[in-house]
Amino acid sequence: MRFLLDAEQREFARSLDAMLSAADTPAVIRDWSRGERAGGLALWSRIAEAGVFALAVPEAYEGLGPRPVDLAVAFVELGRHAVPGPLVETVAAAALLRDPGPAKRFLPALAAGESMATLAPEGSYAVDGDAAALRLTLAADGLRLAPGHGPVRPSLDPARRLTRLLPGGELLVPDPSADRALRWARLATAAQALGVGLALLERTVAYVGQRVQFGVPVGSFQAVKHRLADAKIALEFARPLVLGAAVTMSPADVAAAKVSACEAAYTTARTALQLHGAIGYTAEYDLSLWLTKARALRTAWGTPDDCRAEVLRGRA
Amino acid sequence: MDLAHSPADEAFRAEARAWLRARVPSEPLPSLETAEGFAAHRAWEAELAAAGWSVVNWPTRYGGRDCGLMRWLVFEEEYYAAGAPGRVNQNGVSLLAPTLLDHGTEEQRARVLPSMATGEVVWAQAWSEPEAGSDLAALRARAVRVAGGWRLSGEKTWSSRAAFADRAFGLFRTDPDTPKPHQGLTYVMFDLRAPGVTVRPIGRLDGKPAFAELFLDEVFVPDEDVIGEPGQGWRIAMSTAANERGLTLRSPGRFLSSADRLHALWADRGSPEAAAARVADALIGARAYQLFTYAAASRFLAGERLGPESSLNKVFWSEYDIALHETALDLLGAQGAEGEAADTDWSEGYVFSLAGPIYAGTNEIQRDIVAERLLGLPRGRRR
Repeated sequence: MRFLLDAEQREFARSLDAMLSAADTPAVIRDWSRGERAGGLALWSRIAEAGVFALAVPEAYEGLGPRPVDLAVAFVELGRHAVPGPLVETVAAAALLRDPGPAKRFLPALAAGESMATLAPEGSYAVDGDAAALRLTLAADGLRLAPGHGPVRPSLDPARRLTRLLPGGELLVPDPSADRALRWARLATAAQALGVGLALLERTVAYVGQRVQFGVPVGSFQAVKHRLADAKIALEFARPLVLGAAVTMSPADVAAAKVSACEAAYTTARTALQLHGAIGYTAEYDLSLWLTKARALRTAWGTPDDCRAEVLRGRA
Repeated sequence: MDLAHSPADEAFRAEARAWLRARVPSEPLPSLETAEGFAAHRAWEAELAAAGWSVVNWPTRYGGRDCGLMRWLVFEEEYYAAGAPGRVNQNGVSLLAPTLLDHGTEEQRARVLPSMATGEVVWAQAWSEPEAGSDLAALRARAVRVAGGWRLSGEKTWSSRAAFADRAFGLFRTDPDTPKPHQGLTYVMFDLRAPGVTVRPIGRLDGKPAFAELFLDEVFVPDEDVIGEPGQGWRIAMSTAANERGLTLRSPGRFLSSADRLHALWADRGSPEAAAARVADALIGARAYQLFTYAAASRFLAGERLGPESSLNKVFWSEYDIALHETALDLLGAQGAEGEAADTDWSEGYVFSLAGPIYAGTNEIQRDIVAERLLGLPRGRRR
């Protein structure tokens, strides 16, 4: 028993953080929201070069994985920097495409960052269907390669571009392991949400330390401190659930991590907005990029109720 | 990153489980906040100690197994999973013993620890005073130098377990003229039955005397019952408080077991949909607490010192404990007034849980510590 990231994993997180900090992600996110993809695609390539997508792809198909713990570590950083694009969906697609035929055909490009994937049950919205080269539909008769997508609809998080996938298309896998894909998607979403929450907390702590009212920083008021302390507590107890779920990959552990990380991030988002006041309520201030993502991730790949039901099934 | 216990730790688990299955009383003991229950719990401690299970992580020479932090966690999981009784000597074991191991003399350890391990001497804590709760440094009870020791005078209150315990430990002011209130304090052990001590039990919410007021009138304490240097009591006590809030006051085993019992109660009541989310959250919270503790223990064993992050822990478990018991009482109450019945494990646990956010440093103080020391926010006007 040694429930601790090793030096290599911590260094991996640090190097991703440094790379993303230098990348001016807020500008990339705003462009992505308008459908301008050049910056997002360049960032995607660098994330792939760092090996992030390869962690979800087996070595046999030019990946490094499957390595869920390292993937979780990476997704915390992607969330902290609010990186746009179908990150989770690409990971879920890699978990779905395990039959040798489709695996050989698609996985090397996903691992290398040469293509993005999106994925949705038939009739649901898929995230970033306009940007993804590989659009996968979970239809009644199996996993299909969608022939295209419908018009883009804005999400509550402008950086998530929602599209319906067109029905039909090539049948790739008649009996796909949707459960495995769901577990990987939930794990990645949970880690990403944790990162979103950590960024919201960090930014809010910085803000209340310099925002002066009644002649003192508002961060010296106990009412403000206690809300931030509660956010910190929620996030710090979600973190081991995320890493523990990556170790076991049990459906109940992954669901527990998802509900807990997403609730912690959402609570932190509410606190961040309240403590920033009106400036936090504007789209021009960067905080909004994290605020809206915290809300969107909360229901992505399973609502809190869905995830709690999975936890209870784990005890049945 | 690994969650599997070593084969040797799993063998230790199996040994503990087998013993506990054979020996845990089949009927719950009476509440330890009653004279009858106190005696029954003391007898249980003696039985545990005779088999070497009462203080597994202590050095062997004091009655432990020197088994290390991970095995302590494993033992606690098994202990509570087996439905074993609450620990009557928890104040001594989790507060005084670590202090003696860190700051006591060998003579003190050899004298105090073995009888604590067997339950022969049960310890009460005597920190709080009428004017010194969260602001502990404001305490006034004093110790005055006399030949061969000290004389204690003053008043302590909210002393957990003092109604039935044998001895107590706490801080006393030995130098009233220091510039700062936390200087000039001395850490003292004393006998609750010594001449000059009056113990007035206080009924908690349910009327049971879970704590007491102590009136001290020139109570003699020999030098050998002072822990560490006189005047250094605050520093010594703070290292104890970090322990208390940190790894050893509330073990994950206790909450894992409570969450399992809650889940069983919910299933037994027909798994009502209205309570499903709360039951799921109890399971998630217990798992979170277990994994958080494993992470902290792993860091500790890797040589890191655990500091103010123990305050995260204290707020989490104390609020978790209340939410869990509230859910149980609501499930019981859903079919009539059963949720009010005062003599069930759940109602006893509920009353106990309500004190969690108050003792061991109120949760407001803990949140201040989280905000100031972990998040780096500016200090306000308190202190």
